[in-house]
Amino acid sequence: MQPSQIVTAYYTMMRRGVVRIIRIWSQTLLPPVVTTSLYFIVFGTFIGSQLQPIHGFSYIQFIVPGLIMMAVITSSYTETVSTFYFAKWVRTIDEILVSPMPDWVVIAGFVSGGVLRGLLVGILVLVVSLFFTQIAIANFFVLIAALILTSLLFSFAGLINGIYAKGFDGISIVPTFVLTPLTYLGGIFYSIQQFPEFWQKVSLFNPILYMVNAFRYGFLGVSDVSLALCFSILIGLTLAFGIVAMYLFKRGVGIKN
Amino acid sequence: MEKAVSVAHLSKTYPGGVAALKGISLDIEAGDFFALLGPNGAGKTTLIGILAGLVVKSEGKTSIFGHDVNTDASRAKTYIGLVPQEFNFNIFEKVIDIIVDQAGFYGIPRAQAISNAEPILRDLGLWEKRNEPSQKLSGGMKRRLMIARALIHKPKLLILDEPTAGVDVELRRQMWTFLRKMNENGTTIILTTHYLEEAEQLCRTVAVINKGEIVVHEPMEALLKRSAGEKLEDIYLGLIGSEEKEILTQ
Repeated sequence: MQPSQIVTAYYTMMRRGVVRIIRIWSQTLLPPVVTTSLYFIVFGTFIGSQLQPIHGFSYIQFIVPGLIMMAVITSSYTETVSTFYFAKWVRTIDEILVSPMPDWVVIAGFVSGGVLRGLLVGILVLVVSLFFTQIAIANFFVLIAALILTSLLFSFAGLINGIYAKGFDGISIVPTFVLTPLTYLGGIFYSIQQFPEFWQKVSLFNPILYMVNAFRYGFLGVSDVSLALCFSILIGLTLAFGIVAMYLFKRGVGIKN
Repeated sequence: MEKAVSVAHLSKTYPGGVAALKGISLDIEAGDFFALLGPNGAGKTTLIGILAGLVVKSEGKTSIFGHDVNTDASRAKTYIGLVPQEFNFNIFEKVIDIIVDQAGFYGIPRAQAISNAEPILRDLGLWEKRNEPSQKLSGGMKRRLMIARALIHKPKLLILDEPTAGVDVELRRQMWTFLRKMNENGTTIILTTHYLEEAEQLCRTVAVINKGEIVVHEPMEALLKRSAGEKLEDIYLGLIGSEEKEILTQ
């Protein structure tokens, strides 16, 4: 395909994704906004008002970046795993596979949908958070980089899950039993410095800790772990997941047999 | 004569050990109207899937108009329009969006795709339905939508996997006329069908595949002449072996 044709093909994939996200906004955009609003009310306002400040910030200010990140992670992952698995299930994936689009454009199309939904949800949750507290931005570049890399990483992860999934159970097991525990234990609601040393070390094995802390640094200018380490892990995992997705797609795993 | 399709020593064994194709070789000339016949599970859909890039082959070589399906896949795929057996479009999308998005996957800009879509949808009697969600179409209209979608990028090779299954006689005849016109205009057509009368009426060349092997491949006229007086159905039943024959004649 010529470069201009590749742009058209990618635009078509993107457009289809955007139309879908907007058409079913009550399933794609609204739920994370409602859920995080409840977190802001219960944990931020009711319980948080009785807690000591963390790193010099009120509890609700401390948890806002983590809650935004949680919504971004869940939305990006859900978007790619559900759209890809649905396409496999109803065989609309064949429309794409018979076309001359290179594999990387197909992957970019699905992943861009995940990133876009993650970013839209992130912005919406941020707007909602402003009804509950005031929050400044300490480093805009760090904030945006952490946001985009995280949504990219979990879009790839969702795509890999979608490639392997053989049924609807297969697309819900990872989010329920892997992603949710890791997210809740990823430092959204606490600083790991409040933990005993042993549990601090255990927490360092949770990759989501680095994403939450990088994002929190973008807002508050504080982090439990070094920023360089956060971005090294984020970039490393994103590249690794991207390469795995590309490899699986090229081999036709889960779609061409 | 240019070859539209060239298949050499093609094998496919599915995970689990089912050998769907056992080293078949086959050439289809450009401009041909080709019937690919065989009982269920013979390997027809697997062969079509490999040609269209939907199934990974185990061994062998396949090319479309001289372009290798594996090493030059992008070019090879631009020549193919595929009408699969099962409906595989998003039923929530409008007819026009299904067609125009498919064109987009081939790199055709939206405005041009809409203008390309109009004559195809008119020819297939779907223009008035273009803004309807596809789930509201009748079964026959859905079949025609699949054909329209396969034609939007003007392929030189149209592969139809049982396109008239479950279609009423009147619509089947309309589709025959449409396909004949396509073929007369230079499109190579590969047709799989269980309606042997359809293959006899439309196709110039026939191949019968059974248990993953090609058991006959020759011009339709020559096959019918060689088996003097017999109908294609009788010849076919003779070729596919006693086991299947018993099932089909019961």
